[in-house]
Amino acid sequence: MDDLLREFLTETGEHLDVVDVELVRFERDPNNETILRNIFRLVHTIKGTCGFLGLPRLEALAHAAETLMGKFRDGLPVTTDAVTLILSTLDRIKQILAELERTAAEPEGGDADLIGNLETLALAAPAPAVPEPQVTIGTLAYQVLERPLKPGETSLDDLERAFREAPGPELESAPADPVPEPAKPEAKSEPEPGEGGFTKIQTIRVNVDTLEHLMTMVSELVLTRNQLLEIARRQESGGGDGGFKVPLQRLSHVTAELQEGVMKTRMQPIGTAWQKLPRVVRDLSGELAKKIDLVMQGADTELDRQVLEVIKDPLTHMIRNSADHGIETPLERRAAGKPEKGTIRLNAYHEGGTITIEIADDGRGLDFAAIRRKARERGLAGEAELERMGDAQVAKFIFHPGFSTAKAITAVSGRGVGMDVVKTNIELIGGTVDIASELGRGTTFTIKIPLTLAIVAALIVSVEGQRFAIPQVAVLELVRVRPGSDHAVERINGTPVLRLRERLLPIVPIARVLGLPGAEASAGDEGFVVVTEVGRRRFGILVDGVFHTEEIVVKPMSSKLRHIPLFSGNTILGDGAVVLIMDPNGIARMVGSEEGRDQLMAEEAAVEPASDKAETETLLIFRGGAGLKAVPLSLVTRLEEIDAGKIEWAGGRALVQYRGRLMPLVPADPAVPIRREGLQAIVVFSDGERAMGLAVDEIVDIVEDRLDVEFTADRSDVVGSAVIRGRATEVVNVAHYLPLAHEDWARPARRAGPARTVLLVDDKPFFRELLAPVMKAAGWRVLSAGSADEALALVASGARADAVVTDLDMPGRSGFDLIEALRASARAAHWPVIALSSAPTPEAVERARRLGVAEFVAKFDRSGLVAALAEIQGPAGQALGEAA
Amino acid sequence: MTPANANAPEGRAHAAEPEEYVTVTVADQMFGLAIDRVHDIFIASSLTAVPLAPREIVGLLNLRGRVVTAVCLRRRLGLPDREDGAREMAVGIDHQGESYGLLVDGVGEVLKLNPDTYEPVPAHLDGRWAALAQGVHRLDGRILIVLDVDAVLAFDAEARAA
Repeated sequence: MDDLLREFLTETGEHLDVVDVELVRFERDPNNETILRNIFRLVHTIKGTCGFLGLPRLEALAHAAETLMGKFRDGLPVTTDAVTLILSTLDRIKQILAELERTAAEPEGGDADLIGNLETLALAAPAPAVPEPQVTIGTLAYQVLERPLKPGETSLDDLERAFREAPGPELESAPADPVPEPAKPEAKSEPEPGEGGFTKIQTIRVNVDTLEHLMTMVSELVLTRNQLLEIARRQESGGGDGGFKVPLQRLSHVTAELQEGVMKTRMQPIGTAWQKLPRVVRDLSGELAKKIDLVMQGADTELDRQVLEVIKDPLTHMIRNSADHGIETPLERRAAGKPEKGTIRLNAYHEGGTITIEIADDGRGLDFAAIRRKARERGLAGEAELERMGDAQVAKFIFHPGFSTAKAITAVSGRGVGMDVVKTNIELIGGTVDIASELGRGTTFTIKIPLTLAIVAALIVSVEGQRFAIPQVAVLELVRVRPGSDHAVERINGTPVLRLRERLLPIVPIARVLGLPGAEASAGDEGFVVVTEVGRRRFGILVDGVFHTEEIVVKPMSSKLRHIPLFSGNTILGDGAVVLIMDPNGIARMVGSEEGRDQLMAEEAAVEPASDKAETETLLIFRGGAGLKAVPLSLVTRLEEIDAGKIEWAGGRALVQYRGRLMPLVPADPAVPIRREGLQAIVVFSDGERAMGLAVDEIVDIVEDRLDVEFTADRSDVVGSAVIRGRATEVVNVAHYLPLAHEDWARPARRAGPARTVLLVDDKPFFRELLAPVMKAAGWRVLSAGSADEALALVASGARADAVVTDLDMPGRSGFDLIEALRASARAAHWPVIALSSAPTPEAVERARRLGVAEFVAKFDRSGLVAALAEIQGPAGQALGEAA
Repeated sequence: MTPANANAPEGRAHAAEPEEYVTVTVADQMFGLAIDRVHDIFIASSLTAVPLAPREIVGLLNLRGRVVTAVCLRRRLGLPDREDGAREMAVGIDHQGESYGLLVDGVGEVLKLNPDTYEPVPAHLDGRWAALAQGVHRLDGRILIVLDVDAVLAFDAEARAA
């Protein structure tokens, strides 16, 4: 692409952004000549340049838009439709520009639709009664190119002439002499004072790389200065001075100022990130039929351009969110006694070393009750937990992935995508988001972000003799710990915790996580706990020593090391040493997964309930024999009450006519016989053609509750016991009863020989817990994982399995993804796979066949599962030999 | 990084032109690195180890204000580490906009070698070595292996797959 075109693209892009903003302002204030003049001039410039560069599509579009705007200037009333039309013309221009940037040529196609509409509107304009005195538009810039023209380049004078000569709508009334005045310094688009517009300061374009390089050099200078100061100090204490002192002080001073100056070059007003917002809000008002005012304050607050890039999209999303969810329709607003027009207020200001951005709307506010309900439904928190939470904490659920309480999903938002991304992006740069909301009064989001990413305050700590930096923003407090003191690290089953203000704080022994030599040997309970909070989790990082805080220049991690989640970057300290910067987010993630791994290891020995998982299950509670019993409702086909007189007895077995077939009945408790008279309550389980009825004393209730099962090994009729609704309840093992009803549902005999291992993957702990005992009963060792990623992590960590049983339908990576990943790996490529799916579609069956899935088994068909496992015992032997 | 003047008239590697190599030794074997890829020779000191890093990366160091990732050529070639105390020399290389220091046992002179001593990599060379070599030069009494700098530094994918 030649330079001229590149220059044109950059420049035009900027112009269009300004026109966008100005048009929205103009729509609200149609009598403002200055704004109109500004827009007109920019569009005219675009048109002229396009003509010169030979871009006919762009030129024609710009020309038509200019014509219509010319009519505005001549007194045509400014309507919303007209502005919308011009805005969509600008969008088309942007599309073409994007294509131009990609291919260096205008894309094929025509714009007759837009041009036609623009012309119709322009023609419909009444002729201006009095031709207004011609205002001079545009000026000539006096520009000198300080080198001879390269071949193919054109002098600016020629360019200028070209667009003066390009046909424009003002030609009919333009004065004969298009050059109004001799050249004079370029009058930049400075709106008159008091306009409140976007002030342009005199600037030059500098390549970002140049600035980055400057930054590096200054950092180096600072380091060198520090070394010099150190030498001077030593000499001084040795008695000599050497005449260094004064010039060194001067050098020190200049360096500091230089550093500050270079930092400033990276700063940009936050207004640049806001430029698109008025347009966004305007379009949304139209789409949602709401009246919304966007008020922006503090647009000139400066922050690092890197930070600016990161927050640009989150801000846009939050504004959309406020407009869609926050602001009510005019009707609702009137009913609530509020002005029809809603207001979204965007405010930015400096506060200490951070910048605060507030996004406030005066809309309906968050419905905390709905959020609590939704959080409970989605199993994000238990009932009791939710009751303990304050509104501010509850509000944070809206940042959960896929969380949306919007009743209707609109095109704008409500799909639950976005707010979690917003939060992640902001936290990525060490920022925080807070929500304050009042029902009916509105919601305010407060974002706090560091001014710059390049320099942050960091706490320097030591771990096993190595120094690390922890960003100060992440540090809530520091606690000194020593065995025997008030603050001592205690252990729960080997896991370190700290009692801090009546709460237990999980402690991460960072030396161990880092795998530093000597970490295992040292007692590790003496040192400092750096208390930090990630999301809603608060935890402490145990380090050996704490030095001081230091302003550090953050340097990115080498691409070869970026996969280590524990570090966000590195830096050079004052003494010249390279130090790694710890990332509390990464530590939380890594520790989280490690906990998961430990748990999995434990499950290998004996399947343990995943007690920290707040999953709820819908359970059917009934009475059968002594005490309450429960069975997951998902396993139950129907609940029936039958006349005991209809029960037929054959060979001591009870049968009942049910839906045209004979269904065997089995008593839930052998001690309580099936009734011979009156009504008998039965719970029907079915599997394809076969069905059985479990005769129970009484159906008690259907409840939704967390299921923490205490497993029992010595009884086959129950999986274990659990506390449901505060009462001890036995969870029934349906697999026990099925063979009692049908012989061919026979329980497979226990296999002799060495135990084989099966890897069970299901996102629901409940099914893992239910299926694992079945497989163990069939002589398998069970390794279970709650997600495809967890399973793959297990495989990667060296776990060996003779078969894989996986749910196909899991959130995140599906079972198919898992199988594909296994097939692609070296070790697990030949592991036999059984897929759990209740009703596989033909596509799924085909896909499974291609991936070499051994069998499909319905999720509740446990005998089928055991049979399928028994069948693959043969090939599993081969896999075993291969892995060994 | 791409050179600014991509349309420079003469490209590199004219078949008949002699090529210049910075020679280094690792375990008594001589290696050559194309001189235009080497921008620095320095002593690697005060290395900061990076926990959980791939084995080839021995640490980070500060080279005049730049953070340099130190890669051990011995480990890259599958050779054992040297005994402690040996002075580590490093060759500074830029690769995809990042600075690396390749740790070697020693750095020798710059050799100007004619293409007539050049041969492709012998077919039976150890796979690990062959993957990192571009070719060899037959010199008087020794063999110089021309290192493929990009291949030497392309180990992240392997490391993660393993």
